[in-house]
Parts: sequence; structure tokens; C-alpha cells
Amino acid sequence: MIIQSENPVLEVHDLTVSYSSKPALWGVDFSLPEGSITGIIGPNGSGKSTLLKSIMGLIPLSSGYVKIFGKDLDKVRSRVSYVPQRESVDWDFPVSALDVVLMGRYAKIGMLRSIRSSDRKIAMECLEKVGMTDFAKRQISQLSGGQQQRVFIARALAQEADFYLMDEPFAGVDAATEEAIITLLREMVNAKKNVIVVHHDLDTITEYFDWLVMLNMRLVASGPMKQVYIPELLKKTYGTRLSVLAEAGDLLAKDKFSEKK
Amino acid sequence: MIALWIILTGALVAISCGLLGSFLVLRKMSMVGDAISHAVLPGIVIAFLWSGSRDTLPMLLGAGATGLLATFFIEYLHRKARLQTDAAIGIVFTFMFAVGIILISTFAGKIDLDQDCVLYGELAYVPINLWILPDGTSIGPKPVYILSVVLLLVVLFIYVGYKELKLTSFDPSFAATIGISTALWHYLLMAAVSFTTVSAFESVGAILVITFLIGPPAAAYLLTEDLKKMLFITVGIGILVSFTGYWLAYWLNASIAGCMALMTGVVFALVFVYTQFVLKNKRLKLAARNTLLSQKIE
Amino acid sequence: MDNFVNFFSFNDPNVRYVVLGSILLSVSAAIVGSFIVLKKKSLVGDAVSHSVLPGICAAFLFAGTKNTSLMLVGAFISGWLSLVAIDYITAKSKIKKDAAIGLVLSVFFALGIVLMTYIQQSGNAAQSGMDRFIFGKAATLIGSDLITFSVIAVVLIAVTLAFFKEFTIIAFDEHYAEVLGLPVRKLDLLLTSLTVLAVVSGITAVGVVLMAAMLITPAAAARYWTHNIRRMVLFAAIFGAVSGLAGAYISYIAPAMPTGPWMVVVSSLIAFFSFFFAPLGVVPKTLKRNKNSRTMMDENILKLFYQISERDENFKMKRTVEELLAFKKMQPTQLKSGMKRLNRQGLLDYSNQQAQLTETGLLKAKKIVRLHRLWELYLTNYMEIAPDHVHDNAEEMEHYITPELEKQLEKYLDNPETDPHGTMIPK
Repeated sequence: MIIQSENPVLEVHDLTVSYSSKPALWGVDFSLPEGSITGIIGPNGSGKSTLLKSIMGLIPLSSGYVKIFGKDLDKVRSRVSYVPQRESVDWDFPVSALDVVLMGRYAKIGMLRSIRSSDRKIAMECLEKVGMTDFAKRQISQLSGGQQQRVFIARALAQEADFYLMDEPFAGVDAATEEAIITLLREMVNAKKNVIVVHHDLDTITEYFDWLVMLNMRLVASGPMKQVYIPELLKKTYGTRLSVLAEAGDLLAKDKFSEKK
Repeated sequence: MIALWIILTGALVAISCGLLGSFLVLRKMSMVGDAISHAVLPGIVIAFLWSGSRDTLPMLLGAGATGLLATFFIEYLHRKARLQTDAAIGIVFTFMFAVGIILISTFAGKIDLDQDCVLYGELAYVPINLWILPDGTSIGPKPVYILSVVLLLVVLFIYVGYKELKLTSFDPSFAATIGISTALWHYLLMAAVSFTTVSAFESVGAILVITFLIGPPAAAYLLTEDLKKMLFITVGIGILVSFTGYWLAYWLNASIAGCMALMTGVVFALVFVYTQFVLKNKRLKLAARNTLLSQKIE
Repeated sequence: MDNFVNFFSFNDPNVRYVVLGSILLSVSAAIVGSFIVLKKKSLVGDAVSHSVLPGICAAFLFAGTKNTSLMLVGAFISGWLSLVAIDYITAKSKIKKDAAIGLVLSVFFALGIVLMTYIQQSGNAAQSGMDRFIFGKAATLIGSDLITFSVIAVVLIAVTLAFFKEFTIIAFDEHYAEVLGLPVRKLDLLLTSLTVLAVVSGITAVGVVLMAAMLITPAAAARYWTHNIRRMVLFAAIFGAVSGLAGAYISYIAPAMPTGPWMVVVSSLIAFFSFFFAPLGVVPKTLKRNKNSRTMMDENILKLFYQISERDENFKMKRTVEELLAFKKMQPTQLKSGMKRLNRQGLLDYSNQQAQLTETGLLKAKKIVRLHRLWELYLTNYMEIAPDHVHDNAEEMEHYITPELEKQLEKYLDNPETDPHGTMIPK
């Protein structure tokens, strides 16, 4: 079931993405309404992070296109913010929590200019929103998992974007952090921001999200929580093993083409 | 006075290399620095043969381009031929270095370069290479002026691009999402390393440059958790090893650049031991305090 | 030319010794190096080769003469120490592997340079020729030295071949090796020792700076000739032997030249050639890709014939190039050359800008159209992709679907009659 929306904030059209010519997502096509908090769910290897990365232009698309606020990403980059999975950075890097949050201001400061005191003020405010003011000067490896996640969310806030994409922000964080983050996301949505979250935990889905995108190498469903959070679609997302699809992917990847005959 | 000129030259090289090397170390690309420092050799020899002199500009341009070419070639082999990066680095730089050595041996009579210079430079001859003005007055050794300009450019590069260098080193995919080109900053840094390596070649040789690129930043990295402080400590270590290295060389009557590189190793070893046994205790105490603090907040 | 003949007739016993020695040591290095490359530790080879220099110099200082055995021991010890230092630094601090390798190799090398320059001005007459350890001189592989180095090389080859299985498994999957109960740590230690020994064996002929290349370059080149590890090691050995021979020859015709760089250049050229032209290299891959896209083009042309025929309900008519182009936009030149190829394969009857499907051609065209429509149906039914979005993907997949996959599709789709657009699926 795929419910499209009018005047979408995000439109993903017929998107196919491949990793070393093996498709990881096939023909994904959906759109998201304004002012909502959307969850992307699906089993491991279903292409959730891949979808986020391809929306952010971090991996090349094999086919299809993505429009954000009806425009190409390059035109609206300053309005979009992305929080990658936490493992992807070097925690020993000599930067403090405040330094990391300030990085969210870099695009606004502009190339080759230095940081202004107004940026520092905004960064501190963002740290305060996530309850991390006391840790501003702390080097990032000396923070707990939940605290690190808060810092990265503060960095996204510092971008002052309208559209936030978060890759598993709740992975490996403590309960207090999870609650703090979800409250913050709610506040953001109330302030007319849009949020997409890749999520893992089926128990909290109904409580956290308004809209759901269900993936399993292809799009299973996209729509308002009430309409798509049904056993049939969940089973389709998590249950069936798509052996034909997997095999087809292998054929493309190995390029067995010439061996066919 | 001679000693001062030599120490000054050594320090200039160590500071320029160390500042750029800090970013190599943080990007986990130290071995690319190693590759560049070897790979500029054929470029230096060809520039020599071409211009017939040790003029700085053709050397810098010709050889700097060779270093950059090596990084392109490594990338190309990795991407197109799917050669694993470590092997690509290892093969490209040994090949280019070998070509350089062969060129030097073949044209031994024609150019004022020998294998020893390649290995450990000619720091001792720096004070003789004077810059004499048209009216006959000498204003000090030429290399000191050249290396000062190089250092100035390096400092300018890092000052202007500090934000971008920091972000593309720390979190390249975030940099990409806010529209900062990671490839651009990668190649800018590589170009800077190439030119600095070439300018340092005459003084310290192709291989010992690596010590100055990696040693001081690695030690500074252990001492601080702040990037700016790391850069300042790197500068300090550069000056320190230049002094101590010179006196060691004087005492042993051995290669000056070799001794400076060796002192870099000694400084690193001391810092390593210090952080292992002294700082570790401090950290443990700090960590205990942190947990208390965190508990209070949550 | 005389030199060439003299050298390759191997009449001169000195030539024979030098050739034998150079080949043995390059072959042994290449064999050990194969596992270093497979373990993705090429740069460790670089570290060891720079790091043996202080050991050589220290041995000289200790003995006061160039005592080969003692220098080998010294080289072995300092090479070993460098690896211990790298491991210790990375294990105990936040310094990453690359920085640790670069730091250790350059500092050890610096120590070597300091010792060497110290020796050179010490006035000891025996020191002359110390610098040959840096860039190598194959011509010095004679007399008792030759025996020493050959013994090392033979031991290296024998031990590596004896542990071939074990090294293969730890290179491929260390954890699995551990699960199997193999002494992974000890095997690693053995491989490390062999690496150091391989570097040490090359110090006189190749020199310390470039010995790393003799370890990894032949092995990396060999990787592009075969997927079979035994053959890969064999190829590496052959490439090593060729480079060794080249080094010996250079040493013969140009005694003033250092041999190490020449050996490295020769083996690098072999490697660059392999990266591009070996069976697994860039060029054959590109050729294969071009051939594939040609075949795809041919299949698309056959499909085109089928679709026009389907529209006219006449499968036996001759079609002109213009007619085909009017039905579907294509490059006219590509279309014509494709039609000629299909003519040669007996799938089309082509003459005077006109063509018609042959019997086999029709069968093949049907098959492709069938696969296209089956896949469209699969995408709509099982992947919830809207019918107007499935065409592009099917355009690609139709060329890839194997008979096995076709059977599976039939089973899943329950031998369907029509595709999502309501068109017949040909049998």
C-alpha cells in the first residue's frame, strides 16, 4: 500500500540504488507529507540506511530521482540536515562536543571564513536543547553513547534546517536519551519541521511516528501510521524472503550475462 | 652563526611538514605522505635535467606535480583496477623512487645530485648556499628564505581552510551533505604536501621527510585533545628536534637531518611513555568523575 | 649485444652465481609477499625493509668489519623490533596503524642513517661499500655470501610452501582459522618472521629501501592473472624471477648502477601491464562489458522486430530500417551494424536495408519479450511497483534472467498469460 501525498516535502521517484552493481533498493517510489515525523522500518539489509544516503546524494542513483521541497538537493542543501549512524566517525579525533556542533554552522558561515560569535551562541543553545551544556568542552571520545548521539543531534539542530534525516538515532543510547530525543523531535515537528528517522524497534513505532515507510529491498508500504501499521504489511516487510529478487541482484552484480548462453 | 642557520632550516622544514602532517595523521593517510615523499624524486631529477640548475621554481612545479600525479595514480589503480589501497601505495611509490634513483645514476655526471642527498639531504651545506644581492652583499642562506616562504604559504593554507580541513578530516560524509567538496580538499592537501616535500628535499632528503610529516603530529596527538593545541604542540616539537638533533649530530659527527629525525623518534618515545604511565592515571580519575557527573545529570 | 650474448650464455661462473642468487631471493620474496598482499599488509613490508638498516649498521659497528652473517642477524633483529614497536604503539595508544607504520619506519631508517654516516666518517677502512645495502648491488652475490643468501631463500620457500594451507586460511579468514583450532598467533608470528627474513635476504642485491617492492609488486601483479591462489603464487614467483634476472643483467652490463631500482622497475612494469592487460585487468573487463552491451543491443533489436510484428500481427514481414526507427528511437548506425551482426548469426535475413526474423530469430525474440513481461509482472505483483514504473527495470533484467530464474518466476506468477499492461506474454 503506497499512499502518495499532495505537495510533498520529499518525493522519491522510482529510485534504484546499487552497491557495486548489485541493487540494494529496487524502484522505490513514495512521497511524504509536510510537518510529519516519519519512521523508516525494515529488517537488516533491507536498504534503510541506503535510502537515506541516496536521498542525501551520498551514493549515486542507478535510476530515478529525489526532490526535496519540490527541488533538487543542491538547491535546498541548506534546508536539509543529516545525522549519520554514530559508528561512522573517528572518536579519537581532537574535537570537543562544541566543535562538533559548530560544524553544523559551517555551511551558513561559508567557505574560508572563520567562526563568528553568533555561531558559537547558536551552537551553545543547541547543546542546551539536548541537555549537553556541561559537556561542551569535553573531547567526544569521553562522552557516553547517548551523549555522543545528543551532540550529533545538536549539530543537526545548529544547521537550522527544515528537513532532518536521522539514521538510527536511538541505536545504543540509554532510555533517558531516547526519551529526550523523541521529545525534541516532537517539538521540532510542532514547529513545522520535518523529520525522517530510520528505526529499529517495533515496540515504539506507533508511539513515535505519524507516517511509516516500510522497506525490504523494495518499498512495501508508505502511508499514515494507522493505515499501514497492520499485520499483513508487517509480515510482508519482515516475513517473506525474496529469493527471486536476491537472485536477480546477484545476476546483475556478477554480470553472468555472457555465461547465460 | 652556521649552527643557527642549520637549526633554523631544520625547524622550518619540521614545522611546515608537521602542520600538514597533522592532517595526514588525522585522516589516517600517513602512508600517502610516505608515498608522496618518495614519489617526488623522479620529478626533482627531471626538473634538474630540464632546467640544468637548482632553480627553485621549476623544481617546485615539476616535482610537486609528480607527487600529485602519484596520488592520482594510486587513486586510479584503486578505483579502476580495483587494486587494494595498501598495495597501490606500495607499488606506485617504490616504482617512482626506483625510477628516480636510476635517473640519478644515469645522469650522475650531469646533475649535482647524488644518492646521499636523496637519503639524508645536505643540511650541512645550507649555510654555504648564500643569497648574494647584485651589489655583492650576502643576506644569508637561500634555502632559509625559500623555506620561510613555504612555511608562510602552509600557515596561510591552514589558516584559511582550517574549518574545511577539520571537517573533511573528521566527518567527510557530513561535509558532503552540507556541500563541501571532500575531493577538492583532499587534493589541495595532497598538493600542499607535495610542494612542501619538494622544498624540504634538498635539506633533509626524500625519506627523512616522512619523520617530520608524521613524528611531531603523532606525538602532539597523544598530548592533546584539541586540534588547535595539537598544531601548536607540533610546531614546538619541530623546533625542539631541530635544536637537539643538531647538537646530537655535532657530537656524533653524523648526518644532521638523520639526527633530527632520530630526535623526533626520541621525543615521540618520551611522549608515548609519559602518556602511558602518567596521563593514564589522571584519565582514570577523570573518567570516574565523569560517570558521577553524568549520573547526576541524567 | 655482445654483453647480452655473454650474459645469457651463462659461461662466466660469476654470472651464473649472481643470476642464481638474484633469482632465488626474488622468488622467495615474491612467494612470501603473496601472503602479505592477501593479508592486506603491504605497507608492513615497507616498514620492515626500511627498518633493517640500523641493524646492519649496528652489526658493523660491533664487528668492525662487514661480516655478512652478523649483519643478517642484526638486520633480522631490527626488522623484528620495528614490527613489535608498530604493534605496541597501535595497541597501547590512539595512534592509528598508518601513522605508527610511517613513524616507526622513518625513525628506524633515521637511526640507520645516523649510524651509517657515523661509520663513514669513523675512518674505518672496511666501511667502504656500506651504502650498497641501501640500493643494492647484485654483483656482490658471490662466494660465501651467495651460499648464505641462497640458504635463506631456500628455507623461506620451503617453509612457506610447507605452511601453504595454513597461511591461506589465516590470510582469508583469521577468525575461522581460530575456530578450526589453528594456532593463529603462532602462524602469524611465523609469517612475520618469514617477511623479515625475506627482506633480510634482499639487502645486498636489492637494498633495504626498495626491498618492499620485491615482496609485494610481483604478488599484486599475479593477482590479476588468476583467482586460484596456488597459481597466483606461481605467477608471483615467475614475475619475481624475471625481475631478479633483470637485476643481475643490469649489474653485469653497468657495474656502476645500483641493481635494486632496476629490479623494482622491471617488476613494476610487469605489474602495470598486469593491472591493465591480464585476464582480470582493466582492458579485458572493458572489452567484456562492451561485448555485453553489443549483445544487449542485438537482443533489443530482435525485440523491436517482435513488437512491430505483434502490432501488425504479422511475424513474417520484411521491415525497413526507417520503419524500425519510426517505431523506436535509436542510433541508425547502431541499428544497422546490429542488424548485420544478427544476420551473421542467422537470426535475421538482412539485405538492402530490409530484414525479417528467421525461425531461430523469432524464437529468440519471443524469449526476450517473454522475460521482459514476466519481470514486469513480478515487479508489479510482488514488489508493489506501479505498472507504469516497471518498464525501465525490465529493459535491463530481460538480458540477465537465466532459465532457472525464469522457471522460478513462472512458478511464483503461476504461468501467467498477460503482463501488467494487459499484453500477451509469448510462450
